[in-house]
Amino acid sequence: MKSFLRNGKATAGLAILGVYLLFAIIGPWIAPYDPSARGNDLVKGPSAAHWLGTTHLGQDVLSQLLVGTRSVVYVGFLAAIIATVLSVLVGVAAGYLGGKTDDTLSVFTNVVLVIPAVPLMIIITSTLNDVSDTLIAVIIGLTCWSWNARVLRAQTLSLRRRDFVEAARASGERTWRIIGFELLPNLTAVIASGFVGTVIFAVLSEITLAFIGVVNNGWNWGTILFWAQGQQALGQDAWWWFVPAGLAIAVLGMALALINFGIDEFVSPRLRSAGKTKLRTARGRTVRMRIGFTPVLGGAPPPAKEPALAGEAK
Amino acid sequence: MKYFLQRMGFYLFTAWAAITLNFFIPRLVPGDPVQSLIAKYQGQLSTKSIASLYVLFGLDKHQSLWTQYVDYWKQIFHGDLGLSFTFFPAPVSQVIGQALPWTVLLVGITTIISFTLGTGLGVLAGWRRGSWADGLLPVTTFFSSVPYFWLGILAIYLLAGPDSFFPSSGGFDSELVPAWDQYFIPSAIQHSLLPALTILISSVSGWILSMRNMMVTVSSEDYITVAHAKGLPERRVALSYAARNALLPSVSGFALALGFIVGGTLLVEIVFSYPGLGFTLLQAVGAKDYPLMQGIFLIITIAVLVANLLADVAYLLLDPRTRKEG
Repeated sequence: MKSFLRNGKATAGLAILGVYLLFAIIGPWIAPYDPSARGNDLVKGPSAAHWLGTTHLGQDVLSQLLVGTRSVVYVGFLAAIIATVLSVLVGVAAGYLGGKTDDTLSVFTNVVLVIPAVPLMIIITSTLNDVSDTLIAVIIGLTCWSWNARVLRAQTLSLRRRDFVEAARASGERTWRIIGFELLPNLTAVIASGFVGTVIFAVLSEITLAFIGVVNNGWNWGTILFWAQGQQALGQDAWWWFVPAGLAIAVLGMALALINFGIDEFVSPRLRSAGKTKLRTARGRTVRMRIGFTPVLGGAPPPAKEPALAGEAK
Repeated sequence: MKYFLQRMGFYLFTAWAAITLNFFIPRLVPGDPVQSLIAKYQGQLSTKSIASLYVLFGLDKHQSLWTQYVDYWKQIFHGDLGLSFTFFPAPVSQVIGQALPWTVLLVGITTIISFTLGTGLGVLAGWRRGSWADGLLPVTTFFSSVPYFWLGILAIYLLAGPDSFFPSSGGFDSELVPAWDQYFIPSAIQHSLLPALTILISSVSGWILSMRNMMVTVSSEDYITVAHAKGLPERRVALSYAARNALLPSVSGFALALGFIVGGTLLVEIVFSYPGLGFTLLQAVGAKDYPLMQGIFLIITIAVLVANLLADVAYLLLDPRTRKEG
């Protein structure tokens, strides 16, 4: 964990995510106005009274943003939890049990994966009337677990034949114990990165649904964009109406992506962006280091004189 | 060949699953949606379409679920997807037929360009790790987390306008009639540039990233070292040895990711009021036009399946191992 936190990308991502979580909790309390309350300033730019301007009904955009954070974070995380649990169940079972079970579960996973998720969600949510945030999270969770299940299955397959699993099986451990105590700890990083990826996807999905107007209860960032689009914010040059919500999504997405990079690089150090690979040798020639070696520390210059294997004189 | 048949079987199965799903979703609606629709379209619905609505929502109590299901299949095989409310009395298949070419051309071409471009840049970034190409990563991270449609809004705000080259909405000049002539085609291309650019920018980053990571992984394989040791030119090692192998997961990922991509691109159409399936879907959602919504979902699914099949063919050509087995 410590070495994970030493990764700059992961720490930055976690810090930003922390800010969002904080606003998800305190957002509705610190919002200066009721997000639905109408005011007299219609479509006014940022001012001291309304830091992020107002909408066509004089509603305060900043308050809408703050109040909306909770719904976005709630749906994102709940959907990701549901999807992760499903993907672990299906993926690990398919990978470990093999045979007929594997075939059935794999086909099932691929079917869910290939059917376009967003149109499906649109149909389901617009068929059901008055969907709550929790129901949206359940729908999103049920439609987007398949990618992670696929990744987990592949990972489990490669773990299954390792010596320590064979040893556990030979010593007569029960299947659930092997899965729970031998396999799962080794899959933690994959599961975590899948979870983070699903949060991004779930947040984008919820905002998409709100943006096209199939979900319209309470405030989230998609609702803000829905009204901005519907009320011609573009034509009125009302950038304060749609820019902050989009930026909030982008920054949240970036924070989560950074955490995922951190996890990926933690698991496979080779993916780290290497430091400088061009260096001058003692003889004054420029050598470009090549693939095939693992950068560990940014500062230390790697050995340059290993022709064909590590470096190539140019 | 065996591989190919297996894939075909899988796609048929998926198509069956999607159609069955489509059959059951309207039956989840609580209450009597038909009555509320009749009330909404006072007098505009003919008795025939009311009857077909009852069949659609499974409220026809005279029939068992099984007969309804069989009837549904018969309808589909006749290409009959019901009547649209929004474009009443046009049948759904006709509405979709008008919108489909726009989407296929815009999304299809852009996705292929994005995949090719992204993979190319990814090969470069993975092979030249530690050079300027690493600078691409933070930029791509940002763009991959931005929702497509928000980027579209920004693009309209910043680039389009009354006196700009880029039109802000629509698929062609409203004064023109769709036809294959020298007036219509340039106008259609001009209108599709901005949506295409939006989709390109937000989707290319994913390909760069996955290709880069595969390249880095493949680059440390023994056969790459051997190729270097043989003294092959760097270009050859990078393209014929590393990239060719790194491409395989990317191609199969391309097929599977299509379902996700399509979802995002539909939204771009909505923002640009582009006359494709996404925009039609928005109108259908707004009017609670269930037959149209379902028809669109079905067509999108089938389009994605066909694209998957094409990706499989590409995979067969790229990976000799899959050909050998059959």
